[in-house]
Amino acid sequence: MTTPLPAPAVCLTELAIAFALKGGGRYTAVEGIDLAVAPGEFVAIVGPTGCGKSTLLNATAGLVRPVAGRVEIFGRELSGLNIRAGYLFQQDALMPWKTALENVAVALEPKGVAAAKARAQAEQWLRRVGLAAFTERYPHMLSGGQKKRVALAQMLIRDPEILLMDEPFGPLDAQTRQLMGNLLLELWAADRKAVMFVTHDLEEAIALADRVVVMSAGPAARIIGDFRVELPRPRDIAEVRLEPAFHHIHKEIWSQLRVEVQKAYAQGEAG
Amino acid sequence: MNRTKLLVLQVGVGLAALVLWHVLTTSPILGNPKQIQFFFSTPVDVLARVVKEFSTTEIWRHLWITLLETILAFLTGATGGILFGFLFARRELLAAVFDPYIKAANALPRVVLAPIFALWFGLGIWSKVALGFTLVFFIVFFNVYQGVREVSPVVLANARMLGMNERQLLRHVYWPAALTWMFSSLHTSVGFALVGAVVGEYLGSSAGLGYKIQQAESVFDVTGVFAGMLILAVFVIVIDAIVTVIENRLLVWRPGPATSVQA
Ligand SMILES: Nc1ncnc2c1ncn2[C@@H]1O[C@H](COP(=O)(O)OP(=O)(O)OP(=O)(O)O)[C@@H](O)[C@H]1O
Ligand SMILES: [Mg+2]
Repeated sequence: MTTPLPAPAVCLTELAIAFALKGGGRYTAVEGIDLAVAPGEFVAIVGPTGCGKSTLLNATAGLVRPVAGRVEIFGRELSGLNIRAGYLFQQDALMPWKTALENVAVALEPKGVAAAKARAQAEQWLRRVGLAAFTERYPHMLSGGQKKRVALAQMLIRDPEILLMDEPFGPLDAQTRQLMGNLLLELWAADRKAVMFVTHDLEEAIALADRVVVMSAGPAARIIGDFRVELPRPRDIAEVRLEPAFHHIHKEIWSQLRVEVQKAYAQGEAG
Repeated sequence: MNRTKLLVLQVGVGLAALVLWHVLTTSPILGNPKQIQFFFSTPVDVLARVVKEFSTTEIWRHLWITLLETILAFLTGATGGILFGFLFARRELLAAVFDPYIKAANALPRVVLAPIFALWFGLGIWSKVALGFTLVFFIVFFNVYQGVREVSPVVLANARMLGMNERQLLRHVYWPAALTWMFSSLHTSVGFALVGAVVGEYLGSSAGLGYKIQQAESVFDVTGVFAGMLILAVFVIVIDAIVTVIENRLLVWRPGPATSVQA
């Protein structure tokens, strides 16, 4: 083919991120990261706990400055916040003083959408994530899974071009995870965005993504594996797990991931 | 069941204290009742005095003056505290430079300021408002400062990722966070506004509850002093109840004590 490829939605080149430690010195979380996410591509990132998955998303969001390397968004070097991305944080990030509806509607204010229209759209989005009956609840009156769904609606209502999701289904039980996973795939299929999806659940990663990226244990974590998932779409999270191809790729990735998980665990033990 | 039991016990304690007071001041257990009553009065006398006070319109004027001073001290102190709390929380340098001065000013016992305020603002309500202001200002200031500084970094990062500019962050994140902290200290600050008003009146004025008590004290009218204290106590309870109502209205989003429905 001779037509030039479109610029990747996210392109990380030789990226390194370090944190200054309180007692002096610094901790290099990730180093030498090369990762490109094409427009419309769903990339899952797995790796042992503390390896730097969230750090990678933070850098892509522009919340953390790299000490070396580049972050490019649609071919342009990122400076400041990445306003073309929506970010679903690992921790609770809803405004506790706003109801579910207000939390979602407020996401449209920076875009200049009139308040009444924003509320109507927010209502639609909450219905779409199955929370039509919970619009007037404050975050503390919602369960962990319901909060994540509000946060999902809050992110999606802005229609960002890139979705950064950090263990969005972390606190959920197995059944709800499946429901949410299918919901996410459905929403994503409607207008394919570039997705960086962090999870510690390898099965979930394979079931959802086009590509699974494996990170090594920190410090100075790298990307040590990049696997294409050739399972047909549309997928059902529960059913796709039963396919032989799923088992095959799961085995392949796990053999690599297991070594890193053990390494990270040993490090944690040591101190 | 539990509530009524509690109420009965609470009333019981109060009654027991009154009965004890009554017995000790009217019977010759501790000596000549006449002499003892001079120092301790009796509950019946105090109640009678309160009733008598309220049969005139005079007491309402005093109550109104004290209430007005309290409200003005609270409003000015809270406004100042919010403005400066915000400013200092958002401007590191300012906070660092003024830190020792603010600490020093806050450490000063306010009573010593009362005569100076009387000199500056006269014996009317404004010297009392000024005294209450110095008390309320610092409470609200420190709370708002802390509230703005300790906004959850994740909530803040999320709001910024939603594309909010500085003004929108102020409105949707910093302001509600600061208000939460301010309201968490609402009872304390309203209480201090009242303390400022009463102490100010006590030290020099011609109206208000503090003045009433001071008047009674100056002629060793113990019954009058106790009656004034009783009226003041009820006044405080009423104001505190109103504050609770306002607080519950404004902080509906806050996780309260578990509110499960009983079967
Ligand atoms: N502000 C910071 N200061 C110092 N070290 C930090 C800081 N933030 C993160 N780290 C370290 O960087 C490493 C990567 O952290 P990160 O949060 O990205 O891990 P993660 O892969 O998302 O882990 P998890 O799966 O548990 O969420 C960790 O070892 C962490 O201790
Ligand atoms: Mg993380």
